[in-house]
Order: sequence, then C-alpha cells, then structure tokens
Amino acid sequence: MYNEKVMDHFTNPRNVGEIEDADGVGEAGNPHGDFMKLFLKIRENHIEDARFKTFGCAAAIASSSMATELIKGRTLEEAWGLKNEHVSEALGGLPPGKLECSVVARESIHRAINDYRKKQGLELWEE
Amino acid sequence: MGDSRLVYLDHAATTFTNPEVVEAMLPFLKERFGNPSSLYAPARAARIALENAREQVAKALGAGPEEIYFTSGGTESDNWAVLGTAYAGRKQSRHIITSSIEHHAVLHPCKYLEKQGFEVTYLPVDREGVVYPEEVEAALRPPGTSLISVMYANNEIGTIEPIPELGKIAREHGIPFHTDAVQVIGKIPLDLKRKHADVDMLSLSSHKFYGPKGIGALYIREGTKLDNYMHGGGQERGRRAGTENVAGIVGLGKAIELATRDIEKHSAKIQKMRDRLLAGILEIPLTSLNGHPEKRLPGNLNFSFEFIEGEALLLLLDQAGVCCSAGSACSSGSPGPSHVLLATGLAPEAARGSLRLTLGDANREEDVDYVLEVLPGIIKKLRAMSPFYRP
Repeated sequence: MYNEKVMDHFTNPRNVGEIEDADGVGEAGNPHGDFMKLFLKIRENHIEDARFKTFGCAAAIASSSMATELIKGRTLEEAWGLKNEHVSEALGGLPPGKLECSVVARESIHRAINDYRKKQGLELWEE
Repeated sequence: MGDSRLVYLDHAATTFTNPEVVEAMLPFLKERFGNPSSLYAPARAARIALENAREQVAKALGAGPEEIYFTSGGTESDNWAVLGTAYAGRKQSRHIITSSIEHHAVLHPCKYLEKQGFEVTYLPVDREGVVYPEEVEAALRPPGTSLISVMYANNEIGTIEPIPELGKIAREHGIPFHTDAVQVIGKIPLDLKRKHADVDMLSLSSHKFYGPKGIGALYIREGTKLDNYMHGGGQERGRRAGTENVAGIVGLGKAIELATRDIEKHSAKIQKMRDRLLAGILEIPLTSLNGHPEKRLPGNLNFSFEFIEGEALLLLLDQAGVCCSAGSACSSGSPGPSHVLLATGLAPEAARGSLRLTLGDANREEDVDYVLEVLPGIIKKLRAMSPFYRP
C-alpha cells in the first residue's frame, strides 16, 4: 500500500533522535494515536538541525523523516509554511486515509518554532 | 536483507491448500463438471462425490450426514445460524445472547438484528478472554431468548471457551445453542454425539484447515428450528439454495478427513514449536502475552509490546519475510484497536501494539529460530524511535 519512497523513509528514517540543547521543542499527536516530538537547533533565523522521535504507523514515521529533511537549512518562515501536502508530495503520495497521519509533522514544527520564539521573548506566531 | 526466506505465521487467517486436497478436487474442475442435480451419468459422479464429502465432514464431527449443510464458508454459516434462528423464533422471542469477543460474522448479524427490534446481550469476558457460564445464566430470559451463540475458540487471542458447559445451560432452558468453531477444526477433537451433545449448530470453514477457500459448512442438529438463509433452488435438502461448489465440497471433505486423523499428535507438535517461540519472545522486555496461558489454541500467540505500533511492526516483519497480523491497523475505514483485546480490558495503546502469530503445518523449528533472531532487533529499533520510551 505504500510506495518505495515512503517505505525507504519508514525503514531508514532520517534525523531520528533528540537534541539535548535544542532551541525549540514541539510535540503533537493525532486521533490515531500517532505522536511526534521534534527538536530544533536554530541559528540566525535558520533551522540548522532537526531531530525527531515518533510513535506511530509507517506514514507517521516517514512523514516525520521527510518533514525534518524539508525544513533543514530553511528559514523559520519557510518552515512555518510547510503544509501536510508538501510532505506527502515529497514522499510521492500517501495512501488514502493516511494523510491525517502526517499532520503530526506540521504541528510539531509549529510548536517547536513557537517554543523557540517564546524562549527568545518574541511574539508567538498564530496558526 | 538479500534473504528470500518466508516464514508464514498467519494460519488463523488462512492456510495453504494441502496438495492431496488439490488432487482430490481437480477432477471436479475438469471432466466431472456435472451439476449434481442432473440425472445423467456425468452428474451422478458429482452427486456421489458430494455425498461422500458430507460423510467425511459428519464423521469428523461425530454427526450424522443429514445434519451437514454446505455453505460458502464461516461467514455464511454464522449468518445463517444467527439470523435463521432469530427469524424462526421471532414470534415468541427477540433476545440473543452472544459474547463481546465473537468474530464480526456473528457480531454484525447481531447488530443488524438490533435494528430489527431484537435485543442482544454481549457477554463480558475476563482478562484472558474467557466467557463465564454464570454470566450466561444471568442473561437468560426463557422463553424470551432466541439463541445463545459463543465461539469455540477466539481467532485473535486463541482462548478456548467452555462450550460443553455453556451448551448444557442452553439445553436445560431449551434455547438453541450455536458455536463458531472455525478456528477449532483439526485442533480440538469434536464429538457432537457425546461431549458436544448440547451444541445445536456449529460453523466451520475449509481454508482454516488446509482446504480451499469459499467453502464451509453449518452443522444443524436434527430438530433445530431455523429459517433458510439462501432462497432459490432445492439444493441441500431444500435448506440452502444454489448449485453446489462441488470441487470445493470435495476439497473440504478431504481436508477435514486429513486434519482430524490424529488431532492429539498434530496439536502436540504445533504446540511444542509454539511454546518455544512463546518463551523466546517473552524474553523481550516489556512484552506480555494476551489470552489464556493454558486454555488456548495450540498454534496461537498474541502479544502486546509496550511502545510499539502494530502497523510499523508488521511492515518491518514483512520486510524480514515474516507474515503475521496485528490487532489493529491505523487506516481508513479501520475501526481502531481490536474489539477482542479491548474486551479483555487491555488499554487501547497496548491493543495497538499487539501482534498475532499463528503456527501450523507451514512451520518448522527453524522458523522459530528465525523469528527469535529478527524480532528483538525490530522491537528495539521501533522503541528507539518512540518519544515515550526511556531505556
């Protein structure tokens, strides 16, 4: 049911792990019970490094992996603008009903960015 | 990788077809194609084969051939028993007793009957999945109860129910008793004349015991009142319409004969492999067995692994060449965690991380070694990815 790219990101996920001195941390779950925790290293408004841990199905894990790949090196504004569809497209498409599993990635990114902004004393961005 | 090994551990889902069974079926897909209802010579061969298969099924169950009705499989047999009995008695009674861990082939007809104004009692089970006879007694409303239907053994967790005891209660109160024995044929000896003399209807399905798919049977004890389910021609003594699946029926007959030849010896062999796999898997930390430790089908294992998601686990096992199934899948249209595991009181998270391995004739001792070699690493890998897990 999954294409090769999804299976690759599920079997060999990129950027798994934690960042001890992360500048921003965000977590998110979905109604299926998938759960993602994202750690960001931020320098000069750019995402220098991103690491994640995810509990969930193959779609959730592959989406987490692809999302971290997509935001690395990007500005915070660019990362904020990442949509579920971008992650799904980059993965070559998710099976019907599995798009929902990828929302944990976008939500974790938003929360991690706002966690960073809060720590910096900056105004939080609105969804 | 690079290993083309395939380990089949999903015998509760379906089994391979025994080559002897295929051989027995082939003439009825070729030259002996006649319709058993026709009168000319080629059709008589089909008629004789049909009645021979009926004898084989009857003998395996300790029943009379006149009590065996061929159906399209377990689902049809269950539907027929539940709906047929409910409709036949609907003037006097509109209440059904079943268990909360039945197969959907029983549960969904019950849900359908609820919409028709019937009441259904779904009996609870204990943590190990056992139905208690006292619960059945407490739920009875004679003469208002139309049917008691409790499965012989559960397809997910393998728990064996106290069928002779439950049947006795049903008989004492004059209520028809049905059991879904789809998982049981060739694993537990059945005797509908003695030990199971209180079972009025019993469902079975050929592809669970090395026979072909699309064929099954419903045993109906003489004198049991139930309406027909398939309406049409006069086949199966006017009780189940439709030209008979002759090749399938011949396959079913041969398969049940082979599967019930030496049940004790066969089950002991499977159970020995199963127990070694069980002991090995329980060495994985944060792992527990679902179902009953002893009252359990010989080939069944069902585990919960903490911090593990079922689909991810299945896919990684599949990549390693291991075929098995999970208690849940997060996909569109899927109802979520298994109703069976939830009924045993398992938390939804634990139900989501469940794995069912069912052993059978496709397995050798090396398969056990192989699973014990690959499974711990897969569990470790997934846990290392989980934000909840702290080693």
